[in-house]
Amino acid sequence: MSFQGYLRRDGRKGIRNVVAVAYLVECAHHVARRIVDHCDDPDVHLIGFPGCYPNEYALRMMKALTTHPNVGAVLLVSLGCESFNREALAAHVAASARPVETIVIQKAGGTRRATDLGVITAKAMKQNIADTAVRVPMQLSELVVGTICGGSDGTSGITANPAVGRAFDRLVAAGATCIFEETGEMIGCEGPMAVRASTPEVGEAIVASIAKAETYYRAMGFGSFAPGNAEGGLSSQEEKSAGAYVKSGSSSIVGVIKPAEIPEVPGLYLLDVVPDGAPKFGFPNISDNAEIVELMACGAHLTLFTTGRGSVVGSAIAPVIKVTGNPETYRRMSEDMDVNAGRILEGESDLGEVADEIVALVEAVAGGQLTRSEDLGHREFILTYKSFEPSGPGCFPRGA
Amino acid sequence: MKRLQAAPVLLLHPTDNVLVCCRAVRAGERFDISPDEALHVLQDTELGHKLARRALAAGEKVIKYGAPIGSMTAAVQAGGWIHLHNMKSDYIGAHTRAARVDAT
Repeated sequence: MSFQGYLRRDGRKGIRNVVAVAYLVECAHHVARRIVDHCDDPDVHLIGFPGCYPNEYALRMMKALTTHPNVGAVLLVSLGCESFNREALAAHVAASARPVETIVIQKAGGTRRATDLGVITAKAMKQNIADTAVRVPMQLSELVVGTICGGSDGTSGITANPAVGRAFDRLVAAGATCIFEETGEMIGCEGPMAVRASTPEVGEAIVASIAKAETYYRAMGFGSFAPGNAEGGLSSQEEKSAGAYVKSGSSSIVGVIKPAEIPEVPGLYLLDVVPDGAPKFGFPNISDNAEIVELMACGAHLTLFTTGRGSVVGSAIAPVIKVTGNPETYRRMSEDMDVNAGRILEGESDLGEVADEIVALVEAVAGGQLTRSEDLGHREFILTYKSFEPSGPGCFPRGA
Repeated sequence: MKRLQAAPVLLLHPTDNVLVCCRAVRAGERFDISPDEALHVLQDTELGHKLARRALAAGEKVIKYGAPIGSMTAAVQAGGWIHLHNMKSDYIGAHTRAARVDAT
């Protein structure tokens, strides 16, 4: 079965046709947000980086995000004096043959003039990419699908997460690229995970990434374990880990990638989100959307988000499909949930049926159906400081 | 195949020493886990939380999914609730609401 995608001039295919309005320092955030608000268009999205100090990771991430296959055009909003390399970013977007414009607030003459100019520019860009869109058939095998869990509880690891794991198995079997992440939530699972590696080098990279995560989180003083996890019945990091790990399903793990590294061949990948080197800049992912942003920077067209307690978030650029494992959460927050895996607990369904429903929904959403969070207007985005070394040879397979 | 299970708890792996509640259970409830194994609930326990399948001593590993998820810090009787008050991680501490920052 195929659906209609958007062919980009760099050859990649997207499932949405978005204008990304990107602020390049917090000082430009207000103007960028006003531009997006005034456009009042579900396909004009706000992204950005708040820091004024230079950071290679942030530039690499913004390059990957502004040339994401769901993005058709880009408007950069700069204050003017920040250190972000706006010329390099604009040149990167232009090289992908996307329309790109930069508004510098200090040159435009302040808030009002920059906002007015931005609204005109963003609206014209939206019209342009809608008029010139090249729709092409797209297969499941051309999709990149990420998964993340947020607000996990004692149901997540026995319903929503294994159901997503089975859906991942089906997507990988169909030739898709699937990415799971948050090595800090895999602490304790490194042994069984390394056994699934497609090569010894990938196995070593898996073990090393988890050891790095444990060291890093120890230095931070907390594991990736929120109060709500405990209230939902989880008692330890490794219990949460075991439940989170099953989202990966049972396919062979063909590579370990880092943020903004885009898989070149299909298969299942682990995304190592914990920074390299001595711990600095604080927690690796300060909230769930930071992880979604990193999945998108690796090319994820959409994300499967499992939740027990009931997260409501969506994302800019790429749709989020919400799967709850808790039947009580579903009853309380059904408007926010795309899939009720909690019915497994009540004996009304099983993992296979829910996995089928998830795969069918992935196809429908890829074909344009709005997710609950998209429909409710969720367009969250967060990007903070990090530092990474590039992945070494052997960490993931390279394309021809 | 639909799951037809009378007991409101799940045994996720045969070697597990905990059971997971599929709904909130109340002290005094009794049910069969298998034809030759019954459980008597000692405390009210919420959906998603764990009950001891058998008596566990302090220091014993807690086994869920067939894997250790921490160690008991106090003894528990069969049918008792297992959580942060009587078990801990073998890896890294959890931050609970009790650890919340109070900026005054």
